[in-house]
Amino acid sequence: MNFALTDEQEFLKEAARGALSRFKTVEAARETLDGGELPDLWPTAVEAGWPGLMVSEEHGGAGLHVMEGMLVFSELGRVLASVPLLGHAPASYLLDVAGAQDVLEALASGEQRAALVAAKPPSDVEPRWTVEARLGIERPEAPEVGEDGSVTGTVAWVPDAPGADLLVVVGADGRAALVRGTDAEVEPVTRYDATRSLGHVRFDSAAGTLLEPPEGAAAAAWYIAQALLAAESLGAVERALEVSVQYSKERFTFGRAIGSYQAVKHELVEMLRRSENARSLMYYTGWAGQDTPHEFPVAASAFRLTAGHALDHASRAQISVHGGIGATWEHDAPLYFRRAQLSRRLLGGTHGAADRVAGELLEAARTAA
Amino acid sequence: MDLNDTPELAEYRTMVRSWLAEHKAQAPTMRAEDEGTDEHEHVARRRAWQRELAAGGLAAVTWPAEYGGQGLGPLHQVVVNQEIGRAGVPGIFDIIGVGMLGPTLIAHGSEEQKQRYLGSMLAADEVWCQLFSEPAAGSDLAGVQSRARQAQDGSWRLSGQKVWTTNAQHAAFGLLLARTDADVPKHKGLTMFVVPMDAPGVTIRPLRQISGEAHFNEVFFDDVALDPLSEVGAVNNGWAVGMTTLLFERVAIGLGGEGFGWRADRFAAALLADEAATRDPEVRHRYGEIAADFLALRFTGYRMLTTLQRGGIPGPEGALAKVTTIKAAIAAGELLVDVLGPDGLGDDLWGELVSDLPGLKSAGGTEEILRNMVGERVLGLPPEPRLDKGVPFSELRAKERASAAVTRPLAEADAGAPS
Repeated sequence: MNFALTDEQEFLKEAARGALSRFKTVEAARETLDGGELPDLWPTAVEAGWPGLMVSEEHGGAGLHVMEGMLVFSELGRVLASVPLLGHAPASYLLDVAGAQDVLEALASGEQRAALVAAKPPSDVEPRWTVEARLGIERPEAPEVGEDGSVTGTVAWVPDAPGADLLVVVGADGRAALVRGTDAEVEPVTRYDATRSLGHVRFDSAAGTLLEPPEGAAAAAWYIAQALLAAESLGAVERALEVSVQYSKERFTFGRAIGSYQAVKHELVEMLRRSENARSLMYYTGWAGQDTPHEFPVAASAFRLTAGHALDHASRAQISVHGGIGATWEHDAPLYFRRAQLSRRLLGGTHGAADRVAGELLEAARTAA
Repeated sequence: MDLNDTPELAEYRTMVRSWLAEHKAQAPTMRAEDEGTDEHEHVARRRAWQRELAAGGLAAVTWPAEYGGQGLGPLHQVVVNQEIGRAGVPGIFDIIGVGMLGPTLIAHGSEEQKQRYLGSMLAADEVWCQLFSEPAAGSDLAGVQSRARQAQDGSWRLSGQKVWTTNAQHAAFGLLLARTDADVPKHKGLTMFVVPMDAPGVTIRPLRQISGEAHFNEVFFDDVALDPLSEVGAVNNGWAVGMTTLLFERVAIGLGGEGFGWRADRFAAALLADEAATRDPEVRHRYGEIAADFLALRFTGYRMLTTLQRGGIPGPEGALAKVTTIKAAIAAGELLVDVLGPDGLGDDLWGELVSDLPGLKSAGGTEEILRNMVGERVLGLPPEPRLDKGVPFSELRAKERASAAVTRPLAEADAGAPS
């Protein structure tokens, strides 16, 4: 047994942190809300090899796995870095296992960018593949993917769709197709968290190429996206905790550092408790991704749920610990809060992950009974 | 990340599995399934089964061979636990003795003590209990008031009261923390003792809890005579000895939840009793949250094991696993009984879970104290102000009373937000 990161994985993490430290990403997150420009981190990502991290070596990638992907995402999340990998990484995974050789090299090198137009796989209570609704909680059916690979339908809130060269669509029956970005209508929506690029995507009999991924791969792409989003949240929790602990040692009231008060101390420990639980589930997700694929759906969903709650809690606790200043525009805490608020509502939502954990385990119990 | 057995561990697992298959027929049933049988009869069967397990080398896996153990590592212990669970048989009866008190004796006891006590503990010929907590000393364990005084000939007289004592009614011996010097600060005047539970002056009373069952006891010591050399470790070094016990307890609890049978898959199986409930969004949501917590605990356990296997000592953050275990188990009990309806409160499994957890929340340190400890030792936060630092134990009471006297009524307090 060895349930810890390898030296190579630790190195990957450090290298990512080092590469991102050259940019003022958090400041940029604030300035962009005021109409500024985000720094272009794609060249840095390309230099670090992130676009091809999870693409197999034969297709020009690094041949690494979801664990490594999550480690990079946790570093991105720490500093609210805006790199359009949440769409790109699961999309290139699906293309990789489907053997779409002709496009992979450009994607792995970062010369082109893909986005996954993800669909949520059916569960024990929902027989359809569904996607995000633009408004409301009723999930519409995923787009229709024809025999010829053409796509018709609408999907809201697609991460990294604006500017993507290629869109990998998962359709109503779990069938997948590759569509050029220019063949779809993409309406960019960058609002509450300016570091997050999202788009509403409309396909009107868009020409596409049918992909033939192995059984279960379209679902796996959904869970990879869950895992990466969760890892990103965990990174943000870690940073929020560090900043809050530091402040609670420096800020004095009634002659005492505020971190000496139980009310504050216990809140900080709660941040740690939640992040440690999330970290254990991140390792579970990484391990299941490679060694026990049948557990990957439950692992990734449990990680998404736990990391999502951890960020919800940490982003509020960070503001409380800082007092009034924590709720002002000049502080970083509101940017983490905005990140938390938007993240919990993307890709099926944190609550959807809870239902998925239940569905997977109840189904397993029915099978065992 | 690798959770697979090494070839050596796989071989060990095969051996354990085949031993259990061969001896399974002799195993008693679990307590809940043994309802109606006399408690002493049940315990006798469990002790006989522990003797079997010990003979098969499955009882004290990590103890050194010279004291009857197997001299193996924590991973071997996990394999044994997993295989016992898989076989559906109970494990050893004296978990506290073999898991915590035996290792404490091995670390701090004299050679005579080890020779005298360890073999019979392992075979469950003599069951042990842990006599640490007192009515006024739980989370602040160093505040114990049980007093032991030494006579000229080296023998001791012990008086005081202990509480929350599991298995006291079955125990031949207890490991007891007592004050031996009240004129030094509280951590410095404590000594650990071996106490024969049949000594004159020892009174054991069952302590009934919310469920109506008595899982614990109160134990009273009225001028009990202890032989010379009853102390474990040096006189006035009892705090360090007790910390060793609590370290083993922390590991046991950290690896624990699933060991108590609190597992996501078991809760799922129980929910299937009402198929409609498994399609109810609220039930599913609550269950999903609970299951995620228990999965997190399982893999936190593997992280802790990795630390142990590399020769490290699990840090105080392991206490957080206990907090999550209790939180998730409370939620699980609530959910299952919500689904079963009021009758569920009388259910041996889930009803008892609901009733037992409010008390268990304080077992092994209250949640509040654990959060203080983690905040201070892991996050490096400033400690709570305290009155007892460096104060001789004998003067502490007066100091506490003086501090209570200066507490002013609310209206006079000056601490408030600016108006």
